[in-house]
Amino acid sequence: MRNPQLDKNGSLRHLLTLDGLPRETLTAILDTAAPFTEVAEREIKKLPVLRGKSVFNLFFENSTRTRTTFEIAAKRLSADVVNLNVSTSSTAKGESLLDTVDNLCAMQADMFVVRHAASGAPFLIAQHLIANGRNDIHVVNAGDGRHAHPTQGLLDMYTIRHFKGDFSNLVVALVGDVLHSRVARSQIAALTTLGVPEIRVIGPKTLLPTGLERPGLRVFHDMTEGLHNVDVVMMLRLQNERMNGALLPTPQEFYKNWGLTAEKLSAAKSDAIVMHPGPMNRGVEIDSAIADGAQAVILNQVTFGIAVRMAVMSMLAA
Amino acid sequence: MQLPDAETLLDALIAQMRPQVRPDTALVGIRTGGVWLAERVHAALELAGPIGAIDVSFYRDDFGARGLPAKPQRTDITFDVEGAHVVIVDDVLYTGRTVRAALNELFDFGRPACVDLAVLLDRGGRELPIGARYCAHTLAEPLPASQILELGRDDDGTLSLRLIDA
Repeated sequence: MRNPQLDKNGSLRHLLTLDGLPRETLTAILDTAAPFTEVAEREIKKLPVLRGKSVFNLFFENSTRTRTTFEIAAKRLSADVVNLNVSTSSTAKGESLLDTVDNLCAMQADMFVVRHAASGAPFLIAQHLIANGRNDIHVVNAGDGRHAHPTQGLLDMYTIRHFKGDFSNLVVALVGDVLHSRVARSQIAALTTLGVPEIRVIGPKTLLPTGLERPGLRVFHDMTEGLHNVDVVMMLRLQNERMNGALLPTPQEFYKNWGLTAEKLSAAKSDAIVMHPGPMNRGVEIDSAIADGAQAVILNQVTFGIAVRMAVMSMLAA
Repeated sequence: MQLPDAETLLDALIAQMRPQVRPDTALVGIRTGGVWLAERVHAALELAGPIGAIDVSFYRDDFGARGLPAKPQRTDITFDVEGAHVVIVDDVLYTGRTVRAALNELFDFGRPACVDLAVLLDRGGRELPIGARYCAHTLAEPLPASQILELGRDDDGTLSLRLIDA
């Protein structure tokens, strides 16, 4: 079966996951994002790429940063943006996901940006559109369950490439709650496809999925050992809201073992960059001084996120 | 068809522009060929005004049909466009759609005092009411749409025109 994200010419039709997307596609997205960073410096921060198109932000799960950056990205491309806070509307009245989608299609939607607590929801929408012959409508996954958050993975890759040049000699560490993290899954997929030779996953056994280890991916349960000589430290948010049962002792104890402090960071290369997808739990997974420190590129990630989302949306509309 | 020599055309273009431009005239080249030309013209006329580069990919009216180039480039206009005297520089003038896109993009940076257009060669086939104030050569017969005329640059910086069958 063909990858439902690509058309027969290999062009991007939907962005649902980074798994299975070829390196050329990922590189093309990053290359396309580069000129978009310049738009923020203009007098008029708008390009006519999506003029007359309607982008629907369908957020079945709360989010501020992701929804806002998608909204800014779409507006900088001159699209009309409609934000639907679905958790408080028709779904609560019993409407099914696909009925909601059909209704929005009847309102001439051109693109759906979808966040959903259920893994696979954006796939379901894309399949539904394909089955109905609506090849003119595109779906962007803005985070589904524990599965994927492809634009976050892409903006992280853009950030790494911006600060480190290329991917071929890097050691990249992911730290924390990998088990519940769709961000981590998208990051690992992208880092692997882009050719990072060594990926390290660091965290307590209870928060790491089993069977993760493979050539090029090493698992560590000791943070200082895991951070030794790394170029990039990607912190993950502790996802308290997704945890049921006793996976963790206390936030204090987590911080003691897995929180990024100056002492632990000193094991990494002196020019290592520190990333976090946000929102941060200061004093739980990261020390405030590090989050605001010289090595942190966390706010750069947010800015680059706009350019990367502009790139994805313009490629889908092209 | 025998194509004219690009270097000879460039000399003619510079000669046309020399008596007309102001010292503070800003040049904006359209990527990629127009940028090479703008750099050469800027140096030859010893202009004190700024130089910029424009990539019109996101402003094209056929964006939906044509899609994105493999690697769109940055638009670099770092000077204040407001009130500036600008000459847009491109290699080949054809339908006029690229120039329209460049004008639209330029105006998103500010309101210039005036804008002129300088091209190496006019191949005919205009689809918009656009003309070049400076033009080194106009083909006697418009080229058929199946042919692409573009500017190339050697390793030593020498410019040349090439005709490609699409």
